[in-house]
Amino acid sequence: MVHAMVTQALGSLARALLLCAALFSGTAYAQAIEAKSIEDLVAILGAGDFTAKIDATQALATTGDPRLVPILQALLDGNLYARKSDHLVVIGKEQGGTLTATDPLAEKVIGQAPVADFERARVNNRLRTVLQTALGALQLAHPDPSRRKASADALFKTPSVEMIEPLRLAIEHEHNGTARRALVRALAATELQFSEKIDAKRAAVVTLAALADPDVRSYLNGRINSIPETANAEQQELKAAMTAAVVQIERRIASWQTFGNVLQGISLGSVLLLAAIGLAITFGVMGVINMAHGEMVMLGAYTTYVVQLAFRQYLPGGLDYALLVAVPAAFAVSGLVGVAIERGIIRWLYGRPLETLLATWGLSLMLQQAVRSFFGPTNMQVTSPSWMSGAVELTGGVVVTYNRIWIAVFALLVFGLLIFIQRRTQFGLQMRAVTQNRRMARSMGIRSGWVDALTFGLGSGIAGMAGVALSQIDNVSPNLGQGYIVDSFMVVVFGGVGNLWGTLVGAFGLGIINKFLEPYAGAVLGKILVLVAIVLFIQWRPRGLFALKGRAVEA
Amino acid sequence: MRRQGSLFFQTLGDTGGTILVALLLAAAVLVPILNGLPASSPFHVSNYLVSLFGKYLCFALLALSVDLIWGFAGILSLGHGAFFALGGYAMGMHLMREIGTRGVYGNPVLPDFMVFLNWKELPWYWYGFDSFPFAALMAVLMPGALAFVFGWFAFRSRVTGVYLSIITQALTFALMLAFFRNNFGFGGNNGLTDFKDILGYSLQAPTTRVTLFAASALALALGYVLCRFLVSSRLGSVLIAVRDAESRTRFLGYRVEHYKLFAFVVSAMLAGIAGALYVPQVGIINPREFAPANSIEIVIWVAVGGRGTLWGAALGAVLVNYGKTYFTGALPEMWLYVLGALFIGVTLFLPKGVGGSAREWIGKLMARATKAKLALAPQPGVTE
Repeated sequence: MVHAMVTQALGSLARALLLCAALFSGTAYAQAIEAKSIEDLVAILGAGDFTAKIDATQALATTGDPRLVPILQALLDGNLYARKSDHLVVIGKEQGGTLTATDPLAEKVIGQAPVADFERARVNNRLRTVLQTALGALQLAHPDPSRRKASADALFKTPSVEMIEPLRLAIEHEHNGTARRALVRALAATELQFSEKIDAKRAAVVTLAALADPDVRSYLNGRINSIPETANAEQQELKAAMTAAVVQIERRIASWQTFGNVLQGISLGSVLLLAAIGLAITFGVMGVINMAHGEMVMLGAYTTYVVQLAFRQYLPGGLDYALLVAVPAAFAVSGLVGVAIERGIIRWLYGRPLETLLATWGLSLMLQQAVRSFFGPTNMQVTSPSWMSGAVELTGGVVVTYNRIWIAVFALLVFGLLIFIQRRTQFGLQMRAVTQNRRMARSMGIRSGWVDALTFGLGSGIAGMAGVALSQIDNVSPNLGQGYIVDSFMVVVFGGVGNLWGTLVGAFGLGIINKFLEPYAGAVLGKILVLVAIVLFIQWRPRGLFALKGRAVEA
Repeated sequence: MRRQGSLFFQTLGDTGGTILVALLLAAAVLVPILNGLPASSPFHVSNYLVSLFGKYLCFALLALSVDLIWGFAGILSLGHGAFFALGGYAMGMHLMREIGTRGVYGNPVLPDFMVFLNWKELPWYWYGFDSFPFAALMAVLMPGALAFVFGWFAFRSRVTGVYLSIITQALTFALMLAFFRNNFGFGGNNGLTDFKDILGYSLQAPTTRVTLFAASALALALGYVLCRFLVSSRLGSVLIAVRDAESRTRFLGYRVEHYKLFAFVVSAMLAGIAGALYVPQVGIINPREFAPANSIEIVIWVAVGGRGTLWGAALGAVLVNYGKTYFTGALPEMWLYVLGALFIGVTLFLPKGVGGSAREWIGKLMARATKAKLALAPQPGVTE
């Protein structure tokens, strides 16, 4: 770790030095003032004449010190001041005659003073150009790869001819893949626009054509339009090459989009899996239609809210880890409510599935109203911890947010845990025994009523855990569960009742199908099509994709 | 299998029904008269009550249609609201056409919402709805056709029990999503509303309202008679056999799916009629009528009233909806608790519903009376 950091630091320093040396080595003056410290150079920026400022800027650029970026930027924006009394250079913010002065290198506020005590550092056009180049070079040498990428992206958007050499050098020394790609892209765009040689332009088009990037596509389209019909043969040839490149890029983007759809489908599928997995236990394994399943999810989401509230109150530092506490808490809350429901209502209704359906529906209404009365009808704010925010950007404009990734991971973890419980534990064994043959299980000394209650509690608890995950991507409101209940039933029915693996396949299958239909049919129509497809599917396989075979079916 | 019991047992179902039909006919005649009385009269029935109970009667017809399939064929449909709403939309389309140039935009051809959406011509599926008989026919045929197609697929592949319930729910959910779309041509989110008159009579006029009330009462009475006739026929016996032992009935050689399909289609048509009568009385139809929650609520009306009694279903619809009106007015917070508690309480403690339990209690009382009579009478052949 340390080694890597040192290497990186050395690398970036070397990069900066090489880059800037190449840029400015021609000027002997730069060498002469190289010995001066950064502080001295900054002082020149505040008070010197334009030639001195240009030299100082160029010398500063060779240091590769990222602290200089705001200073040069301030000079460029006219926010750099020098105190009249002692020529102290500050970055200032003027407001109503007073200046809030910031120490340029320490980046901390020194104090406030009348603006009349200061003199603004002036710039002319030549200095401005030098400043811009130096800023670009400094940022291209920034130790943070994401900053290097950002400046490369900025250069791609507004290419300037001075940056060709710095970009080329930066590419040579760039080790970070993402930043390197951004640099290559920026260089190709700059060369295509400003290079004198047609060969370099051609090569740039080839480089750009290899990227699957919507930005490059629109950039190339812009270039194509800028070449008039009357241009010479060389230009026309270039135009044709660019048109071909656009086609190629579009094809790549399309395939990336397909991949993106699959990813989104998996993401939706993992949400469906979470919502349906508890149902797979209560409905699939026990045969109980629990219409209040969605409300178990909703309770889990509200538990998350309460846990976060408690953390904010008593342990604000640990807010990022509130979710980790919320998961077992939600499991406990929903699980206990589930056990209570089973003992209080459902156990009187075994063997009467339609009545169970109605009773649990009534229960769901009461739970919704209870939550509405207690927390109010508005949406509750549940914040995402820092480790869940942000996104990964893949090529081709495909973006995957971290919370989606975490939810997918979480869904699979829960699924794995459930399989483990069902297959490998004493309780799982008893659960399966009671499901398959209640009387036989009782004869073997299994307390079937107890197992029923625990199984139902397990299913409900898992629904509560799903609520924790859904609180991150959906509104926490009393109606949260309602939105998922139809979908969850569809997943379980599609996958095959009584089969957890079927639920897994069903969830991801439906998620992916949904996302593939959406671009063609729109979100709502896509959903309708999926529902119709499931209704038709049930005609074909009334017991789902992975139906249980044998006697268990009839039970 | 039909329950065996005393003669009274078997006829009470009809007795309850007879009372219901008599009440409905009386209401159809009396309410218009009482409504015509001056407001100062103690027997005056206000317009508010007329339209309120007119609405309840439509719900009662809807509940009746659900009881026909749930109580006698064992098909628990959680999507019957869809048939109701389709009937309602058919009637609503006609009422939209009757607005004519009196809409906000005054367009003679297009309803307001189409003008708003910048449509240039009437979609083909709106043709013919200018005519009331056509719309009335569609209000019956559209739900019937949907039920036929859906039921044909579902029953043929032997989707039964809970699975059927869930896919009927999916059906109404899908329809709801579809009708919410603006480009579907049925007014999207807002549905169809701002109706002016029906068959030339203003919908606001008390006489129109009372006529609609009487029509609803008559429709319910006729619907009841039809259902009673169906379930006491031979076909009804087969339906009950299907409900109680579907496989056994099939093994005896009956084409179970045909019987179920028939009952399902008849039920959907009744629901469509209920919807068509409902819309002019409330003055609006929108996609929320398709919401799965509404369809489940219908089932609780039937459960409260007594599954398999027909008249009990109608009674349950009126009772529960009266409760809904009362609670949403007086204690809006409480209504969902009450409704939820009804669902749970009825399934746990009153599985036969009010109607079924009443039948049982009266039966028990009668049996006791008969027993007492028998004990008092001298018994032939027994010497003391």
